[in-house]
Amino acid sequence: MVDLNIRERIANNQRSKLVEKTVPIVLFSITIISVLTTIGILYTLIVETVHFFGRVSIVEFLTSTKWNAFSSTPSWGIFPLILGTLKIVVIGAIVAVPTGIGAAIYLSEYASDRTRRIIKPILEVLAGIPTVVYGAFAITFVTPFLQSFIPPLNHFNALSPGIVVGIMILPMIASLTEDALSSVPNSMREGSLGMGATKFETVSKVVLPAAISGVGAAVVLGLSRAIGETMIVSIAAGSTPNSSFNILESLQTMTGFIVQVTSGDAAFGTDVYYSLYAVGMTLFIFTLAMNMISQWITKRFREEY
Amino acid sequence: MIMTKEKTSAIHIDNKNLNHSPMEMQNKEIFTSKNFNLWYGDNHALKNINLSFHENEISAIIGPSGCGKSTYIKSLNRMVELVPIVRTEGEILYRDTNILDKNMTVEELRTKVGMVFQKPNPFPKSIYDNVAYGPRIHGIKDKKTLDQVVEKSLRQAAIWDEVKDRLNDNAYGLSGGQQQRICIARTLAVEPDIVLMDEPTSALDPISTIKIEDLMQELKKEYSIIIVTHNMQQAARVSDKTAFFYQGNVIEYNDTNIIFENPHDKRTEDYVTGRFG
Ligand SMILES: Nc1ncnc2c1ncn2[C@@H]1O[C@H](COP(=O)(O)OP(=O)(O)OP(=O)(O)O)[C@@H](O)[C@H]1O
Ligand SMILES: [Mg+2]
Repeated sequence: MVDLNIRERIANNQRSKLVEKTVPIVLFSITIISVLTTIGILYTLIVETVHFFGRVSIVEFLTSTKWNAFSSTPSWGIFPLILGTLKIVVIGAIVAVPTGIGAAIYLSEYASDRTRRIIKPILEVLAGIPTVVYGAFAITFVTPFLQSFIPPLNHFNALSPGIVVGIMILPMIASLTEDALSSVPNSMREGSLGMGATKFETVSKVVLPAAISGVGAAVVLGLSRAIGETMIVSIAAGSTPNSSFNILESLQTMTGFIVQVTSGDAAFGTDVYYSLYAVGMTLFIFTLAMNMISQWITKRFREEY
Repeated sequence: MIMTKEKTSAIHIDNKNLNHSPMEMQNKEIFTSKNFNLWYGDNHALKNINLSFHENEISAIIGPSGCGKSTYIKSLNRMVELVPIVRTEGEILYRDTNILDKNMTVEELRTKVGMVFQKPNPFPKSIYDNVAYGPRIHGIKDKKTLDQVVEKSLRQAAIWDEVKDRLNDNAYGLSGGQQQRICIARTLAVEPDIVLMDEPTSALDPISTIKIEDLMQELKKEYSIIIVTHNMQQAARVSDKTAFFYQGNVIEYNDTNIIFENPHDKRTEDYVTGRFG
């Protein structure tokens, strides 16, 4: 027999003590830097927001229905900007949630392996298209197309960017929902089909409920992307804060306002400059709330199989 | 056990022998396979199966791993079709209807031919909703009937006393053996004609196993049961008839005591005595 001296070699193996000692230190520093950066941003946001409310009444900010930052007699009611964001999110959700979940159900429950292997990567590519492309698509194609049968539709409006935001978040919702559905074990489907349930009954009464935490998280994540979406609305929704519920008119979202201020030349130290932070803070509260909802859903409805 | 029957009453099925002489006091046939063949792609997994199972009996299917037991039992409720590459030939008669016929609705078949799986697979729902699942999907909505069905089924599955105070708890909070009895209750809730069981106790401890075996003896009065098992003692304990499968063929099918004490085929004898498998 060949003597390989494995035991001896293992005993004599010198591992680098240096690497073992430094790796955790390096990784810890990286972690700390990212945490500190986040805290720094949040700190600035809070300080500048407080500063803004030293100049402008918080009551006006919360109760006024008019936002007119660039006027010589400005008004600072956040409502129209929130409404603008919500219009886009609701229209986007109407487009993306049913189609996204439908597509996911098709892919995970009905499509053949081959179809799934072709479509899934396409979805992932779609999810990676830069949003500016979607914005151009909205203004050059969707708006004129909608105008052809909705004549009162303005050049800038909520409908077209809303639909396109929906299209933008659709692949993400579909893909994450598909992941959630396909992680439901087959034994569950067999249990249901074996009772004489139809395929659709199995999907709707067993698979979907079993995956509800993942599906809910997918939807909430999609919606928080819609809330934070900037490019599409800046291009296709206009820049007119609007407190009517009409979706055919021009509007401005919270993100849209931030882009308008930062890309224009609002002088440092003006009210407009500080309003940026107040709006940013509001936006942050919205997305934070969405994240918390998503976490809550994941925890609350988590199923173990 | 001493054999009381004449040896001539035993049947020995081989692949060509389709019209065998009936056993004494034969119960009504519930399933009859005639020259049934099944392929997974090119893999000829079941070869010319000719077998009959009978009412109010427990029929066991035994055989070494990979011989086609699961494939065969899943053919009886057409669950095997969930594998897309499956192709079949021949006939399987369920009470005189060929279930392989294009016109057969599988949902109807599977309502009559229930199945209990190897691994307990309750739904991630409450115990109550698990058992009420079948009746509900088949259109029974009113609470009172459902309550009664749930209680009756859980009693039949010998688990009522253990869960009656926690019907709204998630079925996943139960032990494996309890979960399996919930699954049996779930199957019984639609009052099937036949219950198929594919190694129903292989994931369970001996005590749960005994409970389920006792349960089968009770169920046999109202249902016909076909069980796949790797456990030779279990087949000998619970079943009336036993089929020995080997490499996709039925080697021998007979009264259980004959299979275990006086098998006709050398391969059966080797298998039941533990010489291979
Ligand atoms: N889903 C499948 N796809 C392809 N071939 C399969 C599939 N399931 C089973 N087979 C093949 O069919 C044959 C019979 O398998 P089957 O699962 O019926 O055996 P079994 O007797 O139940 O074995 P075990 O005792 O291990 O459960 C095997 O050759 C197996 O490889
Ligand atoms: Mg098997």
